[in-house]
Amino acid sequence: MRYIFNRLVHAFFLLVGVSFLSFLFTTMAPGNYFDEMSLNPQISPETVAALRTQYGVDRPVLVRYGRWVASIAHGDLGFSFAYGSPAAPLLWARARNTLLLTSVATILTWLIALPLGIWSAENRGRLPDIAVTSATGLLLVIPDLLLALGLLLLAVRTGWFPTGGMVSVGFETLSSIGKMRDAILHMALPVTVLVLSALPILVRHVRAAMSEVLGAGYLRAAQAHGISRRTLLYRYALPAASHPLISLFGFSVGTLLSGSLIVEVVMSWPGLGPLLLEAILARDLYVVIGGVMLSTVFLVAGNLIADLILYWVDPRIRVA
Amino acid sequence: MPSGRKLILCLAILGGLHFVIAGAGFFSPYDPTAQNRDWPYAPPMRLHWFDAAGHFHLRPFFYPLQLQEGAFNEYRQDTTHPVALSFFVTGARYRLLGIFPLRVHLFGAGDTPIFLLGSDSYGRDLFSRMLFGGQISLLAGLLATGLALSFGLLIGSLAAYLGGWRDETLMRLAELFLALPWLYLLFAIRAFLPLAVSPLQAFLLIVILIGTVGWARPARLIRSVVLSSKERDYVRAARGFGASGSYLLRRHILPETWSVVLTQAAILVPQYVLAEVTLSFLGLGVPEPVPSWGNLLSSLQQYSVLTSYWWMYLPSLAMVPFFVGYLVLASALQERAQGPKI
Repeated sequence: MRYIFNRLVHAFFLLVGVSFLSFLFTTMAPGNYFDEMSLNPQISPETVAALRTQYGVDRPVLVRYGRWVASIAHGDLGFSFAYGSPAAPLLWARARNTLLLTSVATILTWLIALPLGIWSAENRGRLPDIAVTSATGLLLVIPDLLLALGLLLLAVRTGWFPTGGMVSVGFETLSSIGKMRDAILHMALPVTVLVLSALPILVRHVRAAMSEVLGAGYLRAAQAHGISRRTLLYRYALPAASHPLISLFGFSVGTLLSGSLIVEVVMSWPGLGPLLLEAILARDLYVVIGGVMLSTVFLVAGNLIADLILYWVDPRIRVA
Repeated sequence: MPSGRKLILCLAILGGLHFVIAGAGFFSPYDPTAQNRDWPYAPPMRLHWFDAAGHFHLRPFFYPLQLQEGAFNEYRQDTTHPVALSFFVTGARYRLLGIFPLRVHLFGAGDTPIFLLGSDSYGRDLFSRMLFGGQISLLAGLLATGLALSFGLLIGSLAAYLGGWRDETLMRLAELFLALPWLYLLFAIRAFLPLAVSPLQAFLLIVILIGTVGWARPARLIRSVVLSSKERDYVRAARGFGASGSYLLRRHILPETWSVVLTQAAILVPQYVLAEVTLSFLGLGVPEPVPSWGNLLSSLQQYSVLTSYWWMYLPSLAMVPFFVGYLVLASALQERAQGPKI
């Protein structure tokens, strides 16, 4: 229990640190949303000045940080200047979509990476291993931006997949099976890009972890007892190799989040990515900070889940 | 292949690739910003060695494009008048490596425009833009790597050497930087910097930005190397003889970090090139008309370009051989550092 408590405290301080760091960065900003607003001749200087005081943008950074923390308590996460509403609902609506995309991609990536890595480790140096290693090598050097644009180009030219958004126009009128089909078709491309870009690193780690275990004496002994190949690999070897892989799970969440930022913008998936980009261009300060905070929360949550699984799987941690 | 020979081969290939990009002015037929308003969205032209009758020509030739009647951006090939490529022709002025003013280009075709990779909406030659864009993107990646590694070396060795609460503080800070998904971090900091800047300012901004965001991982690696080498017997002996801290760092400890720094560089360069590409693609990096591998792609964000002008995608493929080179280099360096694998 102590272990979990420690991890939680650690995660909490991490979040506090990140949020304070982002506020510190805002002090570097040479302009803000209202500077651009005051250039607009349709808005009177008094209005701009009133808005400035209302949002307290000219206050010292510590005061603004304090007000922001207070607004978290209200569940607001600050205020979006551009939308004229609390930032949290905006962010949350988009974060849900990002979460959907990345979690589907995470699950799929692991479902593919595990058997592929194990198969490759089992046939080390032989044809399947060489095939898998070179395929992952190829994927490793193609950046996700190129992959996303290439697939989009393919989709546009063949018309096999819809080329943007989450659902088609007239989604409401479809039957429930039609809705499912439509949603899956829209997800296919972004998920493919994410899976393909995260896959090579995972497969290589699974292969490395498994190769290390497969040479162990107890496995040869088990083999000599006539235990079947499948049981040997998945019941005996995989749990022994799982420790580094579970830690890798937390790390893979971070990679997928960064990848999903680009994929969302390219494929116009209504996630955090496009919102963040919009907010940056409009200097919508709190939305930017909120977006960064949410992505950090996801990453920290991914690491916490990895820690919890480790705690559950590995008795050494529970004892220590 | 023995790792030593692999390393040399890999370095030679990477060197050749960088050479082509560094000499972009010579290898490209046109100025990257020169507009040909009469030739918007010209498709890529193929070089031929065999003519229609099947005869071989030593000097490659191509069929010039002609605008279709009544269209502003549809072309057909004029197969009746093949134009031979000329080599070492005089063309637009450029400065080789930014220093030597020259006018000689590797190839050209006189007054007939040749677009090996097609042209963009202003009729600018994509092949030339690809080569010149590489200069920006690669230079950004290399400089940012240098910056990140210098920060990493400085902070990592300081943390390890000083120890105590200062070490603790620096490493907690590094953890903060590592905890953020790094593209989000890059975006966030970019958000607080001015948006409308000149190309040179934007370039420097990006280099400094990427370099500052990237210090954490190298710093942690270097710290661990310094920590282990600090306790070596010969370092202790030197300290026993009264060597000063800075002498120990310079003379005994930092040389140990060399292989880690080199391997990190080979890993980081492609990552940082990609960071520049991503930022410029999204309009947060180097702006038009200066080409970079990122802003060459940004026209693909328009649906009409995606459907009709697929060749706008081609210039960005130039990154792939570079990334392959750096990936192989990194693994060769790693092998060398660890000794032969069993």
